[in-house]
Amino acid sequence: MLVEHAGGEVKKVSLELLTAARVLGEPAAVVLGAPGVAAPLKDKLAEYGATTVYVGESDDVDGYVAAPKAEVLAALVGGVAPAAVLVAATAESREVAARVAVRTGSGLVTDAVGLAADGTATQNVFGGATVVRSRVTRGIPVIALRPNSVDATPSPVAAEERVVDVSISDAARGAKIVERVAEQKSSRPELTEASVVVSGGRGLGGGENFAVVERLADTLGAAVGASRAATDAGWYPHTSQVGQTGVTVSPQLYIAVGISGAIQHRAGMQTSKTIVAINKDPEAPIFEIADFGVVGDLFTVVPQLTEELARRKG
Amino acid sequence: MNIVVLVKQVPDTWAERKLSDSDKTLDRESVDAVINELDEYAVEEGLRLKEAHGGEVTVLTMGPARAAETIRKALSMGADKAIHVTDDALHGSDAIQTATALAKALGTVEWDLVIAGSESTDARMSVLPALLSELLGVPQLSRARRVTVEGSTVRIERQTDAGYDVVEGSVPAVLSVVEKINEPRYPSFKGIMQAKSKPVTTLSAADLGLTDVGLGSAYTRVEEFTQRPPREAGQVVKDEGDGGVKIAEYLASNKLV
Repeated sequence: MLVEHAGGEVKKVSLELLTAARVLGEPAAVVLGAPGVAAPLKDKLAEYGATTVYVGESDDVDGYVAAPKAEVLAALVGGVAPAAVLVAATAESREVAARVAVRTGSGLVTDAVGLAADGTATQNVFGGATVVRSRVTRGIPVIALRPNSVDATPSPVAAEERVVDVSISDAARGAKIVERVAEQKSSRPELTEASVVVSGGRGLGGGENFAVVERLADTLGAAVGASRAATDAGWYPHTSQVGQTGVTVSPQLYIAVGISGAIQHRAGMQTSKTIVAINKDPEAPIFEIADFGVVGDLFTVVPQLTEELARRKG
Repeated sequence: MNIVVLVKQVPDTWAERKLSDSDKTLDRESVDAVINELDEYAVEEGLRLKEAHGGEVTVLTMGPARAAETIRKALSMGADKAIHVTDDALHGSDAIQTATALAKALGTVEWDLVIAGSESTDARMSVLPALLSELLGVPQLSRARRVTVEGSTVRIERQTDAGYDVVEGSVPAVLSVVEKINEPRYPSFKGIMQAKSKPVTTLSAADLGLTDVGLGSAYTRVEEFTQRPPREAGQVVKDEGDGGVKIAEYLASNKLV
C-alpha cells in the first residue's frame, strides 16, 4: 500500500489501508517522497501491520506530479508481485494508481469502501444510491480506498525496511512542481479524511459569517466544508466545496449549516454516517436525509450548539 | 496552439441513475443525458487559449451515437471541429480501455494540448487525464485552476487540499481543469447555427485499430449491485430558543461527542 504522510506523520487513511490490506495478506507499506520522510513513519506502520516498509526517497520523486511515484511503485510491483496494490482515494494517489495500472497492465477500481478476502471491492456509486461489488479481471488489482471507510485497528509486527531504486526516467519528469502554496489554516483536519465535517451554505449570507461555522468546527475538531453556492459566491475556497463538482466526504458526522441540500450537494455527502441540519426553511431538501434537523435561525442555533458543546467538554 | 478538448455525455445527476440488470453497465439510454459539467469548463479554457494564441480547437468524445448532442454543444460554444469515436463494440469499456481508445483517436489529429475536465459525474474516478498522460508519454498538468502559456511552456496552478502547487511542463501535454478555472460561456445563437455545419469525423474501433474492446475485455467487472434504500428523514424539530442545546443532546446521546 502507498503511504499517505505529511509533516512527519502517517495520515489516518494509511492506517485504514493497512487494516484493509491485512484481509488480503501481509501488507507491505511503500513510502515515497523527499529524502528523510520515511524514518519517522516506520514505527506507526509496523504498529498497524506492515511487515515490510519500502522506502523510495529522492528530490525527483517529490518534485514532479504523480509520474515518478508511479514509476517507482510500478517497478516495485513488478518485482514483488503482490496480491493487490492499495492507495488512498486522494487526488494525487488516484493519479499514481491509474499510471501504475497502465504500467503493470492491470485493472483499476477507485473509491472502494471495503475489500473482501476474495479480492473484490465494494463501492458506493451514484451518490450512494447503489452499492456495487467489483473485481479486477486483469493483472494485479490496483484499488483506491476512500478515507473513513474502514476502521483502522492496530496489529503490531516487526517491520523490515528496504530501500528501493528511485532512478526516474525523463518521461516521468514532465510536470515539475515549482512552488507549493498553502491557502488555509492547516491545523484543521483535511476534508476527506475528517471524522466530523461542518459545512456552510447560502444561508450564511456572506463570507465573514463563516466564522460561525468555523467556531463550531473547531469545538468539534472538525473540517470545514462549503456548498457550491458559498464557494461560487467567493465566501470560502473552492477546495472546501462538498458536492458533485467538489469533494465527496463520508464522515461519521456531517453538520449542514444553512445548506438547502440540492442534489448537487447531496451527491457529495449523503453517505455520511450521521447527518445533522440547521436551516430556516422547513421545506429544505436537506431535512429529507438528515438524522436530526432543526428548523431555525442558524445565527442563534449554531452559536448555542457551539457553547453547549464547549460547556460539556469543559 | 492546437487544442483537443475531451468531452463526455453523462446521465443527468438529477435523474435516477442506475446500472442495467442485463449486463451491469451504466444505463445510459433510459435517462436524460447532458454534457459532463466540468467539460464545459474544459471547452471554455480551450477557447480562451485559442483566442490568446491562435490555432484550432477540436472536440473529441467516445460514446454512443447520442453523444453527438454533446459534441454539438461544444461546437456551438465555439470549437472548430469534432471527432466522435463511436461503436457498439465499445459498450462497457472501462477507464483504461477508454483512455486507450482516446489515445489512438488523438493520433489522428495534430495537437499541442489535450484539455479535459478533471472528473466526470457518472463514474467520478478522476483518472482519465493521468491515464492519458501515461499512455501518451506527455506531462500530466492536472487539476488546474489557472493556466498560462509562455511559448512552449504551460504553467498551471494545480489545486491541492492545502491550496495549490505551481506546476510547469512543455507541450505536448495533457491538462485537466477544476471548476474554479473559469466561467463557461453560453453558446450564442450564431454559434448554435454555425455548429450544425462544422465537420464531425466518426471513428469506429476498427478505424482506430483497436482490439480487446468492450465489456468482454474490460480490466474490471461488476459482479453484483444492489439499490440502497434511500436515506430516510429522521427527527426534525423547530427551534424554540433551545435548538442548539437539542442538537448537543442528540449528539451526546448518540455518542458522537
